[in-house]
Amino acid sequence: MKVIVPVKRVIDFNVKVRVKTDGSGVDLANVKMSMNPFDEIAVEEAVRLKEKGTVTEIIAVSIGPQQAGETIRTALAIGADRGILVKADGPIEPLAVAKILKGICEAEQPGLVILGKQAIDDDSNQTGQMLAALLGWPQGTFAHKLEMKDGRADVEREIDGGLQTVEVKLPAVITTDLRLNEPRYASLPNIMKAKKKPVAEKTPADYGVDVTPRLKVLKVVEPAKRQGGVKFKTVGELVRKLKEIGAI
Amino acid sequence: MASLVIAEHENGTLKDATAKTVTAAAQVSTPVHVLVAGLECSGAAKYAAKLAGVEKVLVADDGRYANMLAEAMEGLILSLAPGYDAILAPATTNGKNYLPRVAAKLDVPQVSEILKVVSPDTFERPIYAGNAIATVQAPDGKKVITVRTTAFKAAEAAGSAQIQNIDGAADPGLSQFVGEELSKSERPELTSAKIIISGGRGMQSGENFKLLEQLADKLRAAVGASRAAVDAGFVPNDYQVGQTGKVVAPELYIAIGISGAIQHLAGMKDSKVIVAINKDDDAPIFQIADYGLVADLFQAIPELQAELTKVGY
Repeated sequence: MKVIVPVKRVIDFNVKVRVKTDGSGVDLANVKMSMNPFDEIAVEEAVRLKEKGTVTEIIAVSIGPQQAGETIRTALAIGADRGILVKADGPIEPLAVAKILKGICEAEQPGLVILGKQAIDDDSNQTGQMLAALLGWPQGTFAHKLEMKDGRADVEREIDGGLQTVEVKLPAVITTDLRLNEPRYASLPNIMKAKKKPVAEKTPADYGVDVTPRLKVLKVVEPAKRQGGVKFKTVGELVRKLKEIGAI
Repeated sequence: MASLVIAEHENGTLKDATAKTVTAAAQVSTPVHVLVAGLECSGAAKYAAKLAGVEKVLVADDGRYANMLAEAMEGLILSLAPGYDAILAPATTNGKNYLPRVAAKLDVPQVSEILKVVSPDTFERPIYAGNAIATVQAPDGKKVITVRTTAFKAAEAAGSAQIQNIDGAADPGLSQFVGEELSKSERPELTSAKIIISGGRGMQSGENFKLLEQLADKLRAAVGASRAAVDAGFVPNDYQVGQTGKVVAPELYIAIGISGAIQHLAGMKDSKVIVAINKDDDAPIFQIADYGLVADLFQAIPELQAELTKVGY
């Protein structure tokens, strides 16, 4: 069974983002970029399935600028077999990404697509669900545990009240939550090997998709800041203050 | 035309998230209709009918919707979509699960987790874990929106809408509910609690969370946790407050042994009053806390218990 793992190049999760003073967006110049952490979990899960023998080939896909090729190399170093880079500049909305991925799925016929539940830049949490709908496939979102069966998969999902398990028919789309696994670090030999793995280059037009954004971003601002307040020396003072302001 | 709100409900009761989504919907397009889909959900429908601003409640009472699985919900919502120019769901794990399927099938972009309705086609939403707020304008055509419920007031119970039963749509049979493990607690839910007491890595073990639970019982508070505490296995995933966990905005948030990673702050910084107890004077949590206490939590918690007793708790 083939697995497709879409990976997004985003601002590194340790970087403190800065909003541009002209309100046009977030400053991405000279900022460290990395693979979306949820997508790293997706790559790891696919590699584990391959190690168990359930999966035969892992294809890492990234849609973005030329540098998104580096994100694909990261996935190849963790254990993906080959890559597809769909070159497109500027912000690309989840629906456009889902349409391109649909085209790739039709060409590659995977049994599973595993991807992060959200990207830590736009925090949309849409792409996996949209892809599943466009393909007419079931979905196991916010996966906490994935168990493959014959032609089916049991997905334990993180939900507001606890955990829920659903059984989905394959092919299916799985989106990862934080505790599905702990991604490994790529070893140096694997990083070297990854450089030789094939990466095909495509464009959105190859899949007949127009990636022009449809949501218009009017402005981006910093949220209202909270100020640090008073520090107390004793618990008694703290409780008296909370009582005084009616918080308790 | 009208807006359709997909209700969040459980065991015959309507969740507060629905009433808050109704408030957002009324600012996008009126009248507001509410869809209650589930099994034996007529009780929840009665609650929905009382919400101010709701004109009609549609009830799809059917085993196919018992667990609101995304594949079945997609078909049901799409069958109703032609009658509405906006479809809204609370940004709960349910809403986030099924609504993007609807948007994709309608070929419209979804606007996720709105914080504010600026005008019927323009919304504010958080990006980069709430470190930036984007104002976005949706294109002409249907609006598909999830709502960050902490940002809206609940619609009051002041109406009397008509309740109408509807037939379900065909179930594609792609997925099946197997089971669930829900945290059972007598305490209020995190997303609707007035007071929340959260613990972090500083709690050191799951056993020590009992200290927080005793404190919570005194204050009728909910218990939450940072990602670090959940990852360490101290408490289950549904305790997690933060960017990728639950977003909360109680009257009082007490963070104990939480350093204040930006991912955690993203989930609680809209709380009215924030109290932080941490032994590290430089912990980032103090930069946003209204009231801080630099202390060892294992000393501070028993003292807090005692002081609360003194003032009548």
